[in-house]
Amino acid sequence: MLLILCPYCQSRRAELEFRNVGAAHISRPSDPQTTTDAQWGEFLYQRDNPKGRIAERWLHIHGCGRYFNAIRDTISDVFVTTYKSGEPPPAMPSEAKP
Amino acid sequence: MSRFRTGAGGRIDRARGINFTFDGRLYTGLQGDTLASALLANGVHLVGRSFKYHRPRGILASGAEEPNALVTVMRDAGRTTPNLRATQVEIYEGLAAKSQNRWPSLEFDLGAVNALASPLLASGFYYKTFMGPRFLGSNKAWAKLYEPLIRRAAGLGRAPEAPDPDRYARRYAHCEVLVVGAGEAGLRAALDASADPHCRVILCDEQAEMGGWQLNAGSDDLVEMLETLGARPNVRLLARTQAFGVYAQGAVALAQRLTDHLAAPSPETPRERLWQVRAGEIVLATGAIERPLVFPGNDRPGVMLAGAVETFANRYGIRPGERAVVATTCNSAYGAAFALKQAGVDLAAIIDLRDKPDPALAANALKAGIPVHTASVIVGTEGHKRVRSVRLGKVEPCGIVKSTDSIACDLVAMSGGWVPSVHLFSQSRGKLAWNGETGVYSPGKDAPGQKTRSVGLCSGEFPADMRGFHNGALPTPDEKGAAKAFVDFQNDVTARDIRLAAREGFHSVEHVKRYTTTGMATDQGKTSNMNALGILSGALEKPVPDIGLTTFRQPYTPVTFGIFAGANRAGLFDPVRKTPAHAGADALGGVFEDVGLWKRAHHFPRKGETMHAAVNRECRAVREAVGLFDASTLGKIELVGPDAAEFLDRVYVNSFAKLGIGRCRYAVLTNEAGYVIDDGVVARLAQDRFHITTTTGGAGRVFAMFEDYLQAEWPELRAWQTSITEQFATFAIQGPKAREVLAPLVEGIAMENEAFPHMAMREGRVAGIPARVFRMSFTGEAGYEVNVPAGEGARLWPVLLDAVDKAGGAVYGTEAMHVLRAEKGYIIVGQETDGTMTPDDVGLGWAIGKGKRDFVGKRGMMRTDLIAPGRKQLVGLETLDDKTVLEEGAQITDTPTPAPGSAALGHVTSSYWSEALHRPIALAVVAGGRGRMGETLHVPMPGGAIPVRVVSPVFHDPEGARLHA
Repeated sequence: MLLILCPYCQSRRAELEFRNVGAAHISRPSDPQTTTDAQWGEFLYQRDNPKGRIAERWLHIHGCGRYFNAIRDTISDVFVTTYKSGEPPPAMPSEAKP
Repeated sequence: MSRFRTGAGGRIDRARGINFTFDGRLYTGLQGDTLASALLANGVHLVGRSFKYHRPRGILASGAEEPNALVTVMRDAGRTTPNLRATQVEIYEGLAAKSQNRWPSLEFDLGAVNALASPLLASGFYYKTFMGPRFLGSNKAWAKLYEPLIRRAAGLGRAPEAPDPDRYARRYAHCEVLVVGAGEAGLRAALDASADPHCRVILCDEQAEMGGWQLNAGSDDLVEMLETLGARPNVRLLARTQAFGVYAQGAVALAQRLTDHLAAPSPETPRERLWQVRAGEIVLATGAIERPLVFPGNDRPGVMLAGAVETFANRYGIRPGERAVVATTCNSAYGAAFALKQAGVDLAAIIDLRDKPDPALAANALKAGIPVHTASVIVGTEGHKRVRSVRLGKVEPCGIVKSTDSIACDLVAMSGGWVPSVHLFSQSRGKLAWNGETGVYSPGKDAPGQKTRSVGLCSGEFPADMRGFHNGALPTPDEKGAAKAFVDFQNDVTARDIRLAAREGFHSVEHVKRYTTTGMATDQGKTSNMNALGILSGALEKPVPDIGLTTFRQPYTPVTFGIFAGANRAGLFDPVRKTPAHAGADALGGVFEDVGLWKRAHHFPRKGETMHAAVNRECRAVREAVGLFDASTLGKIELVGPDAAEFLDRVYVNSFAKLGIGRCRYAVLTNEAGYVIDDGVVARLAQDRFHITTTTGGAGRVFAMFEDYLQAEWPELRAWQTSITEQFATFAIQGPKAREVLAPLVEGIAMENEAFPHMAMREGRVAGIPARVFRMSFTGEAGYEVNVPAGEGARLWPVLLDAVDKAGGAVYGTEAMHVLRAEKGYIIVGQETDGTMTPDDVGLGWAIGKGKRDFVGKRGMMRTDLIAPGRKQLVGLETLDDKTVLEEGAQITDTPTPAPGSAALGHVTSSYWSEALHRPIALAVVAGGRGRMGETLHVPMPGGAIPVRVVSPVFHDPEGARLHA
């Protein structure tokens, strides 16, 4: 079971306190009515599925109830960092090659 | 003392005899024996039959890696555990064990005829042999004929059929260092780590006694180390505890056996305890497992691993045979030879594959009078239920093997060298590194997030007296013999099977594993994987590291279901949510159904009443007089703040800006895609305060969705929500007499129709209890929903019940509620909708606030496909025969005999007998349904298609006059 640092609680807690709620940094178009079907479809359904680091939203549902963002590595399942909603994704050092 | 026991030594208590039975026969062992050692002490080697061929099998190993000696231990019908390794079962007075996979008996097993059919049972036999006859249809013969037969013949022990009466406990633990394995390396690691009193250390070992290989020697060091550790308050010692799974970030699962070794366990004590440990560092001291030699006939009872023979002799004081042959490629088997000699066993020969064994060891053997054959192998064995002799083969320098003498013996101790136990390291996702010098995979780099350290033999570092190995099958005079040279003992896979797979084109180790099933038995190939890789390497002419390695999975050894279930059984399987009036409904004889975690009263049968009769009576009561319904499970949210109305405008399809204080509105929630996901009622308590209801099942989802938009999408909105689902008990009073029943109980609310109209909300007191009273209806009758503080619900329920009774009404359950709402065409989210229905599809287009610039779902429901003609729309259906109640979920077509493969027009979503209309009614979604009023469609069923007429979904009181009465 993973340990996840909630950026609001500042506490590393067990995975079962959290829910994954999908990709982060997908902003809702400010005026949806002006979008084309393709643009709206993109907003609704198209998500990156990278091998490696991914920005995700998590909900501390059995804790403080806050939504926050996390950078997770999809290969190792390791949380690289977590940060508060509204904050920009931290600059990531590019993956160090061994 | 039995002639199979040595005179002295070992860790058994020779003064304490213990009686036990095996296959019904009484034996005596000693305190400290495992079932395996106790059987060997009675001269019993034959303990099981093999998986496929039912070959006689004996005890191979002395620990968790044992592939053959699987037994069932029985205490009673519920306390029966199959597939235990006899080498790990501690005996107790009265223990009853039996062998498995044999019929009628272990000595005479009819399944052994399978051996005659062995050419049919080679690699992939499932796919090759059992393919016909074709006239039965594809795969029919397999499913109906072959599989049941094979499953009966090939298999393990039978699971008990009675419920497990034991308790299973669970604990969480945190430590700086977890040490797995209490052999010498593990003990030293635990001592070092725990020298710092702030370092919490857990040391676990699967055996009853800690010490590992040191238990064979009986060193004073061991006693001292255990005493030191035991005296340290920062150390927790867990014996009989298997670390069976390593998970992310230092999470390790341990299974502790608490009572399995006791003759009469206290019912107070749990049988097992699951430890979920979070460790800063995992120190693996799991040792090494000996590799069997793969030679023809290597599976006969009496053929054992050399290290196991040494353990049985030294630790348990066993003489496992009268005359032994040691076959080896490794120095350590010489130790076994000397131990046997010491135990008084006659040593017929040491057969060493190497042409130059360690000179000192060879000299010692010769000095002890043991003949040493170098560059030699066993090329065959004789004997049926016990090995009787072995045939010696000489490996010529050119590689050809010449069969020479036969050597009589009743015990073969074999060693192909040692393989580090990297299972837990592999589970931690660490990278394994190939070491060509020792012929093993050993732990390499840790996986990200893991901190492990392998110490002792499991690190792959072997001392000189454990050097020497052979990967793969031993050379044989001809390939034919390899048919019975077993690699995987538990799954009956031979060297020839693996070569056959390679010839048939399976080159990936993952494919070979699945095709031959090597390494796929319950032991996960603990004794077979390296040999299988070696054989595959030879067959493919590729070095072992180029072939790859399959991954070890949790659990290391099989774990009981009980330990995972823990206390979560029967009534504690799931949490149970009960409404404040639950006891009252229960006392009335309510029949409850599960709705999520809630218990909801489904109907209230009176004496002798069927469910249908009860539901019909409850429906009549509501239509003709008044009904009382417990609606407390509905989700409830209170939303507060200056921007609360604006927020509601943005999330619901409806408009709320103009909703007056004290007024309610039916509200539809869609997702961004434009599909209905929930509905409920929004009431305005004040300018900046709303009471919102959701569906019972949607409460959590809706709350999380609102929170998501409030926190992340529109953080500028000043609105805050609180879940008040558990704060209120909610009772619906519905029917023409609802006002008459409720009004006398109400204080502070004008109850006249004009003063308190439909879809209004008032605050006052009901039976003296502060209440939020909604005038609304999910039945089509005039009615109220009374919300009181949850703590008062149990007090209000009997008051309302009494008033309803006196008015000739009745309490009703969820089934009557479903019928009543269907008669009015009210949808239930999740029944009429399935995540692909827009508000317009289900006839709720009227609810959409037309003037709103944006709301969640607005853009979604304008997508081309969502406004295209021909979408499925909510309609009513009447069966033409006026008596058939349709099946919910049934397909709807335009002809009674649709062409195979043609699409349906839609399906039945709700279907009931309507007591009010005296006919069956149904709701359905049908393509272009609103344009089909009056059309006849068909519901094809196994007994023939049922013709139906498409009608309006509102069957009862279409004008709505009763609501406003």
